[in-house]
Amino acid sequence: MPKDDGIGASVKRREDTRFLTGNGKYTDDINLRGQTYVHFLRSDIAHGRIKGIDSSAAEAMDGVLKVFTAADFDSAGGIPCGWQVTDKHGQPMQEPKHPILAEGKVRHVGDPICAVVAETYAQARDAAEAIEVDIEELDPVVDMKAALADGAPLVHDDLTSNLCYDWGFVEENKDAVNAAFDSAAHVVSLELTNNRLVANPMEPRVAVGDYDPWGDNHTLYTTSQNPHVIRLLMGAFVLNIPEHKLRVVAPDVGGGFGSKIYHYAEEAFCTYAAKVLKRPVKWTSSRSEAFISDAHGRDHKTKIELALDADHNFTALRTETYANMGAYLSTFAPSIPTWLHGTLMAGNYKTPLIYVNVKAVFTNTVPVDAYRGAGRPEATFQLERLVDKAARELGVDPIELRRQNFIKPEEFPYQTPVAVVYDTGNYHATMDKMLELADYAGFEARRAESAKNGKLRGFGIAHYIEACGIAPSNLVGQLGARAGLYESASVRVNATGSISVYTGSHSHGQGHETTFAQVVADMIGVDANSIEIHHGDTSNTPMGMGTYGSRSLAVGGSAIVKATNKIIDKAKKIAAHLLEAAPEDIELKDGKFSVAGTDKSVDWSGVTLAAYVPHNYPLEELEPGLEETAFYDPSNFTYPSGAYGCEIELDPDTGKIDILRFIAADDFGNIVNPMIVEGQVHGGLAQGIGQALLENCVYDDQGQLLSGSYMDYTMPRADDMRGFTVDHSCVTPCTHNPLGVKGCGEAGAIGSPPAVVNAAIDALHRAGHTQITHIDMPLTPSRVWAAMQG
Amino acid sequence: MYNFDFVKPGSVADAVAVLADDDAQPLSGGQTLIPSMKARLNAPGTLVSLTGIPDLVGVCRESDTLVIGAATTHAQVARDAAGDFPGLAALAGQIGDPAVRNRGTIGGSLANNDPSACYPAAALGTGATIVTDRREIGADDYFQGMFATALEEGEIITSVRFPIPQASAYAKFVQPASRFALTAAFVARYASGVRVAITGASENGVFRWAEAEAALSSNFSADALASLGCSPHEMIADLHGTAAYRAHLVGVMTRRAVTAAG
Ligand SMILES: Cc1cc2nc3c(=O)[nH]c(=O)nc-3n(C[C@H](O)[C@H](O)[C@H](O)COP(=O)(O)OP(=O)(O)OC[C@H]3O[C@@H](n4cnc5c(N)ncnc54)[C@H](O)[C@@H]3O)c2cc1C
Repeated sequence: MPKDDGIGASVKRREDTRFLTGNGKYTDDINLRGQTYVHFLRSDIAHGRIKGIDSSAAEAMDGVLKVFTAADFDSAGGIPCGWQVTDKHGQPMQEPKHPILAEGKVRHVGDPICAVVAETYAQARDAAEAIEVDIEELDPVVDMKAALADGAPLVHDDLTSNLCYDWGFVEENKDAVNAAFDSAAHVVSLELTNNRLVANPMEPRVAVGDYDPWGDNHTLYTTSQNPHVIRLLMGAFVLNIPEHKLRVVAPDVGGGFGSKIYHYAEEAFCTYAAKVLKRPVKWTSSRSEAFISDAHGRDHKTKIELALDADHNFTALRTETYANMGAYLSTFAPSIPTWLHGTLMAGNYKTPLIYVNVKAVFTNTVPVDAYRGAGRPEATFQLERLVDKAARELGVDPIELRRQNFIKPEEFPYQTPVAVVYDTGNYHATMDKMLELADYAGFEARRAESAKNGKLRGFGIAHYIEACGIAPSNLVGQLGARAGLYESASVRVNATGSISVYTGSHSHGQGHETTFAQVVADMIGVDANSIEIHHGDTSNTPMGMGTYGSRSLAVGGSAIVKATNKIIDKAKKIAAHLLEAAPEDIELKDGKFSVAGTDKSVDWSGVTLAAYVPHNYPLEELEPGLEETAFYDPSNFTYPSGAYGCEIELDPDTGKIDILRFIAADDFGNIVNPMIVEGQVHGGLAQGIGQALLENCVYDDQGQLLSGSYMDYTMPRADDMRGFTVDHSCVTPCTHNPLGVKGCGEAGAIGSPPAVVNAAIDALHRAGHTQITHIDMPLTPSRVWAAMQG
Repeated sequence: MYNFDFVKPGSVADAVAVLADDDAQPLSGGQTLIPSMKARLNAPGTLVSLTGIPDLVGVCRESDTLVIGAATTHAQVARDAAGDFPGLAALAGQIGDPAVRNRGTIGGSLANNDPSACYPAAALGTGATIVTDRREIGADDYFQGMFATALEEGEIITSVRFPIPQASAYAKFVQPASRFALTAAFVARYASGVRVAITGASENGVFRWAEAEAALSSNFSADALASLGCSPHEMIADLHGTAAYRAHLVGVMTRRAVTAAG
């Protein structure tokens, strides 16, 4: 049995008390003395040449301190990209400059042209309206394929084309893959779109820059998932501020879903302007601004083909994907459609030959980067849609076709043809579990019941693999990452035995303050309430790479385990001294050190006190104090997997789809806090179902955002879901991290879109609409109805 | 938002006097006007609040007519009209969310005449009378296309008089993002015949579906509509639905309203 607050216990999230009572401290709650406000004048056209800017009237207005333009940033660098992808010819990707304020051209609706700083926000906004920007409108490129056509307008005049890179993976396998297709008994293919999404965290982005001229110290408060990464990128590449003069604080952050990973121009602006003006500068994004300035997600167009032999074994897979980068390269953008997507194309299957081609394209739209799942939802969606289509075309059961081609439990570790090695998994077990929980056997009867009411019922399946806990630094370095991907922790034990943990991970909804405390409490055997988790401030936490890719527990948690083990080792030496025994004979259990085989013991606080009041202490061998830091660099990704089942009812009169049941049977390895895991899966499912049925970011052919507010961008709401059945009893622990954990943050968003779409296609086919082989997401009533009209 | 002056008169006469200024605009629940001011799309110099005028608030039955004050909130209509005119109460209860219903008003909705709004369907579908500070306007004359009405500059709606039908219902298919009507039908049966009004669908705003009215007047059942189709001509086409889809929904929603009205 788990202890009340140790590993395995559903401890209530301690941070929720302050969040739910409105007492969280978010960046917008930070107001500094003498604070000024910035409003960004943003482009309202997608593509244009800036001929002139006249800000004299604005600068004369009440309260205005300064109007900044690109000219004020001559000495600053551009916003850097953190990942360099090498194309199929071995050449580096095309990497355009991303200025803080538009230089010469505007490249998407929302591109900031000027920044007005004033005493109040309203004054800044009023003044922005008095700025005259002379812009020559240019033809925009919005559609990816049109952007690659000969003679297409160039998003960046200094690049040779709008192609960022043309990536082949694994390029050496290409001929073998093509040969396998030539000799295949069956080939199944599918063209599909992975719809562009807007992350829409509840808290919009905010930045407050502060400068202390006496110490030449810069501070940036920002809504970030990774304050150390922002400090590194902004300090080293943009503003040339050494780390010891730059502090980045990300306090409570109200959700990110990927969109707050990146270093944004507004952060650099506020930091820089605070120094120029010698006053704090604050920016709070409006919701409308968020739609045109937060990085978007997904936006792939893919053709995928599967080759099978006469016995329906998968023999080869080949894909061609166009991935939208938007107008500039956001921090991790190039890695998403490549290393976080191509490497997952094996899915759960033993397909021996795989070739993935990705063309990343610049367009006059907002930059696109990671969004919950990042690359892995795109991989899973195309693969699981295609396997379903294959089953239908071959006339076999989609469950059996999957089972037949699954990697078997005894085949792990499994080397895929797309570089990665899966350490553990049991896909047959999760599939069986899901079907049991779904009462799949009773589906036919439920379908007949729906039919009586004039409704079409369908059941859809998806089985996903994901790679979390990104990842060994030496590997990602070879793949083009410009950063390491370890995580860090400092564990500071105080004199009376309470513990302060400083983690490089950042929590913005994941519940680290609770889970991380559970881990340490369990290891030492003390009350979790005596442990405090600190994160989010570069001035007191060790260098960490941040929270994304479901890596916090697998990587950040492992660093905490490592540091705690160092603490325990040292504490045992102190205990051995106090108990006059050998350190090897000391056992730690339930917060008590004892000498094996005796009744001699000293409790935790006796040891911690001795560490800080070292009157009786082996000073010649051991330093006083009890504080340790550890960095953990994983040896592999972790590979959560799971079976998702979705049962829907479709109203043939309107095309509306209702999700009646959703079952998620996940293998997340070991679980620290089941309740938090369930919450993470629920959130992921809501976003995945949102993508499948509701959310769509749409530009018109002039690059105007048509879905620029909640009047047109459909966020999933509580009444779009009817509750979920979530199970994580299938456990194959990760073999290479100390907790045996895999990560659960993105799974829901990865596995659910294909399950939902497969369910819709299933319902339509069972009702005789066999001409419908695919409907692009989101499956809005209008689209479904149109498909049914043939 | 730009600066503005704010006045809260206690009588219709006072409100109308202030509204004689071209730069003044009535404010009722503010659920449409305030967001458009925040987005800087609208910049009245003076807002004249109507919600402090007692005469403009309330639901009251006068024999076969239900009279609703212009500044009555959707929430109050949903509650107070439930006994006398359940079809209207149900419509009011489906507008927006609780926050919107507790502020938004019938007068504001009819004055705004959003092509996807709910109340215009009820007003046109019942042949209601729009009462203003200076005249009475029949619903058939009042609605004049998207966001266009018969109201003159400075004229305010004071109440709406609904002839109470024998049976009625509103069937709304929501636009998934805004949850306004993607297409919705209000059907009302009177001794003299049936009226059908459609909102959300047409580029010309709310309209009466004459063929359906004729068919239902002789046979008030969903079956009577089985062979009727509505033309996609001049239907709205946007992210959420094509013109053909909306035309199709006109039939589906009208049938559902008839069935619900019983
Ligand atoms: C989130 C949200 C969801 C919504 N969902 C729906 C929905 O599902 N269905 C729907 O129908 N509506 C919906 N609405 C709109 C809502 O019903 C509004 O309340 C209504 O359209 C306007 O009413 P109001 O009282 O708020 O008017 P205001 O915003 O105060 O005014 C609107 C306009 O009418 C004018 N005006 C106001 N009162 C009068 C009067 N008595 N005489 C003359 N002119 C007047 C104002 O000057 C202004 O131009 C929604 C609104 C929101 C914010």
